[in-house]
Amino acid sequence: MAIKVRIPTPLQRLTQGKEEVEGVPGSIMDLITDLDKRFPGIGERISEGGKVRRFVNIYVNEEDIRFLKAEDTTVKDGDEVSIVPAIAGGTNRNA
Amino acid sequence: MGYVSGLKCRECGREYPVDPIYVCEFCFGPLEVVYDYKRIKRSLTRKSIQKREENLWRYRELLPIDGEPQVGLKSGFTPLIRADNLARELGIEELYIKDDTVAHPTLSFKDRVVAVALTKAKEFGFDTVACASTGNLAHSVSAHGAKAGFKRFVFIPATLEPSKIVASLVYEPNLIAVDGNYDEVNRLCSEIANKYKWAFVNINIRPFYAEGSKTQGFEIIEQLGWKAPDNVVVPCASGSLLTKIWKSFKEFKTIGLLKELTTKVFAAQATGCSPISAAIKQGTDVIRPVKPDTVAKSLAIGNPADGFYAIQSVKESNGYGEDVSDEEIIDGIKLLAKTEGIFSETAGGVTLACTRKLIETGKIARDETTVICITGNGLKTQEALNGHTASPHYIKPNLASFEEVLKKIQ
Repeated sequence: MAIKVRIPTPLQRLTQGKEEVEGVPGSIMDLITDLDKRFPGIGERISEGGKVRRFVNIYVNEEDIRFLKAEDTTVKDGDEVSIVPAIAGGTNRNA
Repeated sequence: MGYVSGLKCRECGREYPVDPIYVCEFCFGPLEVVYDYKRIKRSLTRKSIQKREENLWRYRELLPIDGEPQVGLKSGFTPLIRADNLARELGIEELYIKDDTVAHPTLSFKDRVVAVALTKAKEFGFDTVACASTGNLAHSVSAHGAKAGFKRFVFIPATLEPSKIVASLVYEPNLIAVDGNYDEVNRLCSEIANKYKWAFVNINIRPFYAEGSKTQGFEIIEQLGWKAPDNVVVPCASGSLLTKIWKSFKEFKTIGLLKELTTKVFAAQATGCSPISAAIKQGTDVIRPVKPDTVAKSLAIGNPADGFYAIQSVKESNGYGEDVSDEEIIDGIKLLAKTEGIFSETAGGVTLACTRKLIETGKIARDETTVICITGNGLKTQEALNGHTASPHYIKPNLASFEEVLKKIQ
């Protein structure tokens, strides 16, 4: 069982059109760093200087990480991570 | 013939052409309209404005349309009322109410933004308009959209006050009541907006729509005799109105219609949904989203899209943020009604109660000029006052019965 990471449409160009990819356990920043190794360029689109970009929301099991431990939130096998552009707000349902 | 040169990402500065897009492809930051202020300065003068009709289009050079205004030709230019009774009650010298409870056609400031959004939607060639709304926007899109001949899809949280639902349905839009709070409705709408080619006023038309809020600020300046107030108190839901009022003041300064600008901008929220005022009080610009729980449903946005920029505006202007309890909100509504004869919806109660606190804590000085923005009409949310008003005096249809009651009253 791996970690499922849902990729928003605007970033699917970087994941060869895949809506869902696998992620590694650890902190959210570990997960992003690993994604960037496999899908170069994705890191700078969703984070800057070790922080998730202001207009990118990340949900772990449908909970906004700002309600958890932000970038220090850890994920483990079986978790689901969604990366969602903030656009005009939004919370945890239908992530 | 327009004065817009393009769109630009507020975060990373990447530029885009004028299109129904709202988010930067690179960093997902919001896009903002860029104007040619040099040209605007030549055309938009105090004289040219004063010659025009009294509606929000009198500032059209600073609004993001290319052709003639097409929607909301009687919207805007609401009264700015000197509120001496209320000022006495609050213990300050000079207080004004920007009264959008009488906005045309649906009695809230949303008539401004929707007038601009739907004019732009016409220019883009859309035949369907849509929105996610806590009520006021639903009314305005339903009404302006009916008049302008659009098909309309309006998405609201199913828990809205019944009177707010009726006030949308009467215009016969497709009203979709979603089992969720506003933030969830908004989330859903952003997915729908990706799939259907509709003009979602507060999503893909947002850069244009939001500019309509500036007209409230332009009017305040003009109605004060081309002066900016010392303080302005603005209710915050998404934070867009506050951000745009501050922008409007700065734009008038840029094009020379305003000589001095030292206004402090204050954010007003309900304690049950105060991600913006909480961040201001904590001195951070990181918004921590909340799950709203307040009587002020029109302000119940737990994850405010423009919260970051609202905080920047407050900081830049040396203002502050405040929030108040449901009880204080109800008292605020009642105080405004009994002193100034204005019946505001719950957001107005928030603004007034926050103003009172800001005065009591010395954030607003008693000898300065203060404007408070009252953004929607109380007839829309009468349920909020259930059990909080006095009862009528019941009598028999004869003089004796009346005089018996009269004795008690006197």
